[in-house]
Amino acid sequence: MKVLVAVKRVVDYNVKVRAKGDGSDVDLNNVKMAINPFCEIAVEEAVRLKEAGVATEVIAVSVGEKPCQEQIRTALALGADRGIHVEAEGRIEPLVIAKLLKGVVEKEQPQLVILGKQSIDGDNNQTGQMLGALTNMPQGTFASEIKVEGEKLNVVREVDGGLQTISLSLPAIVTTDLRLNEPRYASLPNIMKAKKKQLDVYSPADLGVEVTSHITLVRVEPPAERQAGIKVEDVAQLVDKLKNEAKVIS
Amino acid sequence: MPLDFDGARLPNPHCGEEHEAWRTQLRRFIDNEIMPFAEDWDEAGEIPADLWPKAAAVGLLGLGYPEAYGGTSESIDSWHAWITQEELARIGAGGIPASLMVHGIGLPPVLNWGSEEMKQRVAPPVLAGEKHIALGITEPGGGSDVASLATTAVRDGDTFIVNGSKTYITGGMRANWVSTAVRTGGEGAKGVSMLLIPTDAEGFSRTPLTRKQGWWASDTATLYFDNVRVPVDQLIGPENQGFWVIMTNFNSERMAMAAGMEAMARVCLEEAVAWARERRTFGKRLADHQVIRHKIAQMKQKINATQAYIRLCYESIETGTANPGDIALLKVQASETVEFCAREAMQILGGIGFMRGSRVERIYREVRVNAIGGGSEEIMRDLAARQYGV
Repeated sequence: MKVLVAVKRVVDYNVKVRAKGDGSDVDLNNVKMAINPFCEIAVEEAVRLKEAGVATEVIAVSVGEKPCQEQIRTALALGADRGIHVEAEGRIEPLVIAKLLKGVVEKEQPQLVILGKQSIDGDNNQTGQMLGALTNMPQGTFASEIKVEGEKLNVVREVDGGLQTISLSLPAIVTTDLRLNEPRYASLPNIMKAKKKQLDVYSPADLGVEVTSHITLVRVEPPAERQAGIKVEDVAQLVDKLKNEAKVIS
Repeated sequence: MPLDFDGARLPNPHCGEEHEAWRTQLRRFIDNEIMPFAEDWDEAGEIPADLWPKAAAVGLLGLGYPEAYGGTSESIDSWHAWITQEELARIGAGGIPASLMVHGIGLPPVLNWGSEEMKQRVAPPVLAGEKHIALGITEPGGGSDVASLATTAVRDGDTFIVNGSKTYITGGMRANWVSTAVRTGGEGAKGVSMLLIPTDAEGFSRTPLTRKQGWWASDTATLYFDNVRVPVDQLIGPENQGFWVIMTNFNSERMAMAAGMEAMARVCLEEAVAWARERRTFGKRLADHQVIRHKIAQMKQKINATQAYIRLCYESIETGTANPGDIALLKVQASETVEFCAREAMQILGGIGFMRGSRVERIYREVRVNAIGGGSEEIMRDLAARQYGV
């Protein structure tokens, strides 16, 4: 079984994100970038399927500018067999990524596509679902456990109020939730070996996709800073402030 | 420009994508598997045995050693080594890397000078984190004056009979083998040999040295040899050539220590700056007082100089033109830098820095072991003066 895993380059989760001075975007200058944590979980799950003898090949794909090859290399160091980089400039929105991934799916014909449920930068939570719609493949989103049984894939989903188990026909799409697994560390020997693994580069045109944009980013601003507290004089003032300023009692 | 651990590191054009990939993975490993426990392990005076196999799995123990013995050496260069030392020092509890990585001084004599049989027997289990090897040079009667060591190995047929003792031996309590400097010949440097002594040999005993200023997590020991019989084929390198085996070991040890010390100085800077930006006195932040600003700038100045000097020495190692005198003085530069930065960071932290449980407090206590171990500042300057033909 061939498994395709999508990985996205995002600002490292340890970095305190700052907005640019003019509010036009997030400031990415000299910021440490990393593989999106949910995508890392997706890679780990695919590699575990391979180690269990269920998957035969794991392909990591990323859409973006040239530096996102670093994140593909991370996936290769974690155990993916080869990489595909779809080189696209600028801000790519989920629908376009889903169309590009559909192109890769058609080329590679994987039995299973695993994606992160969302990326920690855009928090869109759309790409996996859109890919499902475009490819007509069944989807199991927010997965906390997956198991291949013959031609079926059982997915335990994290839904409001508990867990839901669904059975999908393969080929299928899975998006990962936080508790699916704990990704391993890429070891030094595997980091060095990853350099030699195959990495193919496609343009959107190779996949028959035109990169378009339906969304305009209007403004990025940091959350409002918390105001300094004050000391109240007495209980009466406290009650007054809670009633009329904080409006938490009536 | 941020003055945190990463922000205060000068750019290094030699570091590429795979170097940064290693830093990322190593930091993840350290942040998850070591950092949360560092203080407890240091207070307990011990690190758990399962840390070694974990460190082996991530590739930390095998870094730079040949693949034939379970290491990773292909395409590995000084920059991987530098990153590794930095990240280990960032823990801010020097006893942990000192003990975890002690094979870094114990194993190279075996791999550089030992027989193939010895390498095959010792290196794979050490690099897999299953067994441990330490280096035994210093004696109760003297450390820096290696040529005067007094532990004897007297030939008796196919064995040496070893008598004497070694002290301040890092990793000594856990070691399965000790690469030991012994006197096989006459007086002076030309009578010294290196011998691989198994710690399960009859007549070997050891006691822990627990009451130390710093490096609490390290299993430092005194070792005793009472008529210990060791087969002559356990010589590391030729008989009476041990002094050169020891000397060739020192450069990489000193580079590793210098890299670690600079990173420790950067930890001090990071902690001091974070506190100075937060703490308010006399109506403004500590960081707004000129006296504090100057301390911070001076710390960065010394850190910058040390980083540039480290890079220069690693560059010379990469091109095979290293000067042992320059490396000896780098070690002094680094220990003076961490001494200064630990002091100034403590002054900025004030009372909170005096309390146990912070990285700066531990680093302050670990300045001396770095300024003395692996060649004291005085010996380093003397060595350099001799190298420069003064």
